[in-house]
Amino acid sequence: MSKRNLFALIFFVIMAVFLFISSLMMHPFGNPEETNMDDEIIENAQIETGANNGVTAVVFDYRGFDTLGEATILFTAVAGVMIIFRRMNK
Amino acid sequence: MNGMSRIVKTITSIVFPFIMIFGLYIIAHGHLTPGGGFQGGAVVASGCAMILVAYGSVWTMGKIKEKNLSILESIGAICFIILAILGLGFGTVFFKNFLVGSNIIFGIVPSFGSTISNINTAGVIPLMNFAVGLKVIVGLFGIVLIMAYASRRRDNK
Repeated sequence: MSKRNLFALIFFVIMAVFLFISSLMMHPFGNPEETNMDDEIIENAQIETGANNGVTAVVFDYRGFDTLGEATILFTAVAGVMIIFRRMNK
Repeated sequence: MNGMSRIVKTITSIVFPFIMIFGLYIIAHGHLTPGGGFQGGAVVASGCAMILVAYGSVWTMGKIKEKNLSILESIGAICFIILAILGLGFGTVFFKNFLVGSNIIFGIVPSFGSTISNINTAGVIPLMNFAVGLKVIVGLFGIVLIMAYASRRRDNK
């Protein structure tokens, strides 16, 4: 076994052990840890934002800055693709 | 890429309007049903990518100029940021939902709980959905179109 394969095997075993341990420590399905934020959003989202869809209320109102960053990422991706492939078209 | 057979083109022309209607429905009802600007925009963009695959990149590039695509995407981004800044002007903070409770447009506040959905609710959220939807449609379709058009030359060589 070469040195490269040995390192790959060691890395694989370590990652597998970590993932197995973390899967044992997960919360049971359907019983998430209670936080105050989700209750707050569920109770107030319809009144405060007027949207019946709570996910959209969070994405576009409570967490608007995240959506702005997401739009910026998409804009940067399109600009990069247009810059790179413009040279290849002409 | 020179386009596919007549069968594929015919089926694409039949299916394309339904995909458009479905995607625009998801965008327009983003504040009522699951989905929103990003998801509906991805649906519409994949419908346009289907046109691109069926008819070929040369034909599609003859119909749509990439300059118009970048202009439309910038319009979507600018509308989104302007709506956020209007929240700063008319309300209190950046991204303030200043249209909720007003009688201008999208101003009705629904009662708490599961209610009959009214499309005239949710303030600036539908407008932001439209802006982001336009941006995602044009952005994703622009990426696919330009990549397909750039790989066309290499096939001919």
